Amino acid sequence: MLSSSLKRALLIFFILAPSCLFAGVKEYALPNGLKVLMLEDHKSPIAVFQIWYRVGSRDEAAGKSGLSHLLEHMMFKGTPRYGSKVLSRTIQRYGGTDNAFTSKDCTVYFQILPANRIGLSIDFESDRMRNLVLTREETLSERSVVMEERRLRYDDDPRSSLYELTVASAFSVHPYRRPVIGWMRDIAGIGREELLEFYRSYYCPANAFIVVVGDINPEALIEEIRAAFGEIKPGPERKGLVLAEPPQKSLRRVYLKREAELPYILVTHHVPGYPEDDAYALDMLYAVLSGGRSGRLFKALVYEKKVAVSAFADYSGFYEDPYLFTIGGTASPGLEISALEKAIYKELKRIKSRPPSEFELQKAGNQVEAAFIMGQDSIFHRAMLIGRFEMLGDWRLKETYLENIRKVTARDISRVARKYLTEENRTVGILIPERAAEGERRKDK
Amino acid sequence: MTGSRPDRAGGAEARWLSGLTGGPGGAGAVKCALMALVFLAALCPVALALEAERRVLDNGLTVLHAQRENLPLVMVTLLVKAGSVDEPARKAGLANLCAALLTEGTRSRPSTRISEEVEFIGAELGLSAMADYTTLSLSVLKRHLPKGFELLADVLLNPTFPPEEIKRKKALIKASLRQREESPAFLARRAFIGEVYGRHPYGRHVEGFPDTIDSITREDIAGFYKSRFLPNNSILSVAGDISRKELEGLIDTYLEGWRKRPIPRRVAAPLPPTSRKTLTIERDLTQANMLLGHPGIRRDDPDYYAVSVMNYILGGGGFSSRLMDSIRERMGLAYSVYSSASSQMEAGDFSVTVQTKNASARTVISEVLREMRALREKKVAKTELEDAKAFLIGSFPMRLETMRRIADFLCLAEFYGLGLDYPEKYRRHISAVTREDVLRAAGEYLNPDNYVLVVVGKGSETKVKGR
Repeated sequence: MLSSSLKRALLIFFILAPSCLFAGVKEYALPNGLKVLMLEDHKSPIAVFQIWYRVGSRDEAAGKSGLSHLLEHMMFKGTPRYGSKVLSRTIQRYGGTDNAFTSKDCTVYFQILPANRIGLSIDFESDRMRNLVLTREETLSERSVVMEERRLRYDDDPRSSLYELTVASAFSVHPYRRPVIGWMRDIAGIGREELLEFYRSYYCPANAFIVVVGDINPEALIEEIRAAFGEIKPGPERKGLVLAEPPQKSLRRVYLKREAELPYILVTHHVPGYPEDDAYALDMLYAVLSGGRSGRLFKALVYEKKVAVSAFADYSGFYEDPYLFTIGGTASPGLEISALEKAIYKELKRIKSRPPSEFELQKAGNQVEAAFIMGQDSIFHRAMLIGRFEMLGDWRLKETYLENIRKVTARDISRVARKYLTEENRTVGILIPERAAEGERRKDK
Repeated sequence: MTGSRPDRAGGAEARWLSGLTGGPGGAGAVKCALMALVFLAALCPVALALEAERRVLDNGLTVLHAQRENLPLVMVTLLVKAGSVDEPARKAGLANLCAALLTEGTRSRPSTRISEEVEFIGAELGLSAMADYTTLSLSVLKRHLPKGFELLADVLLNPTFPPEEIKRKKALIKASLRQREESPAFLARRAFIGEVYGRHPYGRHVEGFPDTIDSITREDIAGFYKSRFLPNNSILSVAGDISRKELEGLIDTYLEGWRKRPIPRRVAAPLPPTSRKTLTIERDLTQANMLLGHPGIRRDDPDYYAVSVMNYILGGGGFSSRLMDSIRERMGLAYSVYSSASSQMEAGDFSVTVQTKNASARTVISEVLREMRALREKKVAKTELEDAKAFLIGSFPMRLETMRRIADFLCLAEFYGLGLDYPEKYRRHISAVTREDVLRAAGEYLNPDNYVLVVVGKGSETKVKGR
């Protein structure tokens, strides 16, 4: 399908791309264990500062789900030096934004600022790494905010609820079974002392790293970072939790009945992540199945068979322990979910029994590559990519990412489908809609 | 891995790859500010001058070009002044259907080939109909630009609207409308705009309604397309690694046959008188999802800047806003609460969005109204004013960081007639806003007595009655 000159161009690009696009990450280490990664990008006079802590819901004990996420909220309550909200207000005064997020593996705080104000981040983050004030009153109030957040994002959203239930069923032992935001009862029970202990155990230089990307001068900035963070004691390293989910031996099925409009299905399987070789093949499998409207799932299930109004795959290789490869979709009105489920299995059978065509393979590779490069258009995403790979052990993994993608063969794609997308390794979640009573649906139109 | 994936498994865990807009299990701070400023953001100028060129071609097409060479990417936005304001109410959904069908078949390519060719080069070709306009947007690696531009031009100039594809698309749009009823926010917004804008096209979602979608014929679609998708009714903006000469070459090659024709006049629809109303929508939910607001101002209103500042202070400014301070920080009654002043070509609205557990609904409503009144009664503090102005002016470089945002900004600035020097003008206008202006804007444009309130939730617990 490709002209030979285009093929040549592709080849040349692949040899050049990693070095010209991503070279230039500068790595520094402070004696207390804090690692700093910086990348210059001078297209716009702004910069992003991120501090990554190696702690997430993975580190929470049973009955304490939601602890790391609530602590993330509490980190905005201030220190003796900078009271509650001073940080956000100051950042916004310079036109910047600040926020944070918690995942299963990590907690990340970030600011986007005019590049010449990035010293604010250094000042604030070095302060709240040690001096957080946690009052009982604010803990109670923030706990109810998080409970509202849970209602909004999960309890009142049937699809998110199904996802939560399906993940909880797929993992029987590993803490990945618990949602990052926590179960409602667990959130309600978190107290100030537990938060403080968690904070002291995990918020320290030995368990963190910094990523800065933008219109910066790394040599000057590292001195500011040394001055602000250098004196902080290393603190404990993350407890080396060995968390293994025993291999799944048979199919699991869960159902959720909820007020909803259309049936929805999630079909999920345990799979490895980077830097395992199979993770790159799974990225390509994802692209073959779900890469746009020409991807197999949309084309077969939505466009041709019309059994679904949406169909997708979902996979990320960035989890610290093996996570999930999910296929899902929404049934067409008037159709049973079983028609969609059967059609999904038919597509899986197809990819397992015959490798994708050369055209599909190249298309998938081109899509993964284009998305990778387009992601670099934003300094925030550039920093995220460095941070995510660093979480897995080495940010340099991103430099070999595209090479590893291009090594994947059509046979590899079929092979990983056969290896992981099996019935015994599968958990199926199904949303069964219950309609709201008709009489109560006035004013809807 | 970094690409946007169209649909995801439900959990926040799955969403966190999307970056700024979502943290797993949710993030702390200023997301709400970002939401409320969506419209502003689209129009936010850079603090430094935005280097771009503007030209009008012989066929009437306005071309904007910003060359940036830091990444081998090119972003193209093509805006056509055709939207749901141009469709009759009984054919609601026509503009949206027309846009959605552009990629479903051209004279030389069937639907499946278009998506295959676009996706083979790793490009994205997006279509979106709004009330005032339709956009086609192409994101492509530089080395695939000629192919990408050819595909964009093909769907723009040669769509065939095959009957089979029309049928398929109608079914998908109707199903997606039904699925969206699962979202309390969608239900609330639909009821709110219906009440505030009445029969004006702004009073409905661009998708229309199942029965109006059914009534749309192939002739309607082809006619709508033919009369409005014209060069003298469109704006093309291109940002990225492309020289002026390369751009001219692409336009000459692929848009060569696009001819100027007279454009039908737009007639603004009337707006209804405002009246106080409470609408309740019964759903088995743990939270009351509420929207409270009323008509606002048009995009070209001279008070646009004073209203922007006023809205930032009230509820647009994330953690710096008064609503966030009282309802989330002090009372712990909501995760998200924000206000937004949305201004379009013909009209605008002001609204406060908040979710709280059903039992707190009435407390939160009184608090929102109290904050609205307070802003009308007393001048804001000097620091509040200065902080708001500093953010609005200072945040531009961030909001115009990516090439996609630059391309979209150039198009919208042209559409609203703001001029390429808008960055400087905006800075001047915002700087000039005083505490007295904010007080006057609040007095004139906030109405805590005559508003529309929509509550989606469990009536037996919210105790809010419709009226």
